[in-house]
Amino acid sequence: MVELIGVTRRFGEIVALDGFSLVVVPGEVTVLLGPNGAGKTTAVRVVTGVVGADQGTVRVLGEDPTGPGGQAIRARCGVVPARPALYDRLDGYENLRYAAELYGVADVPGRIAQAAARFGIVDALGQRVAGYSTGMRARLALSRAVLHDPDLLLLDEPTAGLDPESARVVLGLIDEMADQGKAVVMCTHLLLEAEGLADQVVVMDRGRTLVAGSASELTRRLWPSVTVVIDAEVPQMLDRCAGLPFVRSYQRNGAALVELDDREHVADLVDALVAGGVRLLRVEPRTPTLEELYFTVRGRG
Amino acid sequence: MSGGRATTIARADLRQLRASRDFWLPLAVIALFMFMVVPAVMLWVISTVQDPKLLAKLVDVVGRLPAPLRERLHGTPAEIQASYTLAVYFFAPLVTLVPLTVSSSISANTFVGERERGSGEFLAHSPASTREIYIGKLIAALVPGYATALGGVVVYSAVVNLIVSTRTDGVLFPAGNWWIFVLWVMPPLIGLAVALIVSISSRVSSGAAAQQASSLIALPIVIVAYGVSEASLFGSATAAWVVGIVTWVAAGLAIRWGASSLSRERLLGIGS
Repeated sequence: MVELIGVTRRFGEIVALDGFSLVVVPGEVTVLLGPNGAGKTTAVRVVTGVVGADQGTVRVLGEDPTGPGGQAIRARCGVVPARPALYDRLDGYENLRYAAELYGVADVPGRIAQAAARFGIVDALGQRVAGYSTGMRARLALSRAVLHDPDLLLLDEPTAGLDPESARVVLGLIDEMADQGKAVVMCTHLLLEAEGLADQVVVMDRGRTLVAGSASELTRRLWPSVTVVIDAEVPQMLDRCAGLPFVRSYQRNGAALVELDDREHVADLVDALVAGGVRLLRVEPRTPTLEELYFTVRGRG
Repeated sequence: MSGGRATTIARADLRQLRASRDFWLPLAVIALFMFMVVPAVMLWVISTVQDPKLLAKLVDVVGRLPAPLRERLHGTPAEIQASYTLAVYFFAPLVTLVPLTVSSSISANTFVGERERGSGEFLAHSPASTREIYIGKLIAALVPGYATALGGVVVYSAVVNLIVSTRTDGVLFPAGNWWIFVLWVMPPLIGLAVALIVSISSRVSSGAAAQQASSLIALPIVIVAYGVSEASLFGSATAAWVVGIVTWVAAGLAIRWGASSLSRERLLGIGS
């Protein structure tokens, strides 16, 4: 659905994207992770053709978004910018009607009612947007982005400054869209919210991709070893782990922390302990969090 | 280009404008003052002048009118001749000045306003083409200005006829080339000004800069507008039509240039 290959974009002396590549497929959530200035927003703008590439190839829905097919591509994209980009002097309904008319939505009142109900803003539609809270603005921006049932949803820091309830609405939408076979690209620097949501993680810095792949793939790539938490009826009996050939390190303070040289050896560890008469209470291979992954990648980058 | 999208953008802008009372109220007060209060006071003063020396000077003013117009006034009292001249010809720039002020104020804020509010990002990502966006913004700035011109002519006509026509035979105003001027020359004249100022608005970085830049080009535009209004009102009907054609062509070229120079990056303030 989206293919960026070696895209470079400069703004004067600033290199916003530096040979950046990205592939987004339908039904998947791609999370662009990176600090401020990493190039996430520029990447989103390149996808919709708002910003052109100085070098590299950009294909979205099979076409170049800055070319003659750009209008048709944008009509199939839903964008929630970092600032909600709403019209404060208009009320919520007028904001949605404006978007519906621009995107050529059929049955405007019906679609508006549906989108507003989905995000719980029906009662606020008659109020001027200037009086909306941050959460209400985010919900209105989301309603506007999905009014025309886009195939590609692009969200730039969609939960920034939101209360937990509104943030949950955003994350729920992302899940729902992916379930419907839509492609979702989300820029964030909040690692916790990306955890468990991303099918593909792209860690960016200074316009470049540091690593890209699914969280489990990246974990395997970056941490070939694995740490397992083990507990037993007689914890002292776990000390025999230290002598096993595939164990890199062993610590016991209550439960034991065992570092293995490969994930494949978790089963071997259990076999060895059971064969030695150890009655196990807990065996938990520890998966690194996205945060650990991110900082490891950034550290190496 | 889809006219639908351009009018959608224009409608949304006009709705915002209507909701901004703090913006349009001062402009409405200026318009009312210029179209109603100033002419009412001046015409009333002139039409009641009794001093023979002053009357003679006023008739001198009438002498500057083209011959066919002078013939039309031949034989009427001096104060009526002076009122007619003042009402029909020397107030003409007002009818251009006030709408130009209204349209300039609106057009200076079009793109830069979108950028400052952050809503430019919405338009940039939308399926509307840059040409549709430009035309939509242009319509939104032109409509209030031209509506002011039409409303102004109606109010002004009422004032002139109420004060002066009671002492003449028939309705005094609108007369001569006024219809051609208002319906044929004014729309492209305002369009030309708006096209230039909207283009500036897409290039500058702040609302203050847009106002400054539009003020810079407002003066030459006002001079041109004054010349155009004088040429079309003092000349023959044919001259008025020709002036209109020239203005339409100039406006068309300005709009074409403005539309082609707008980019999506400019909506975000990152264009070159």
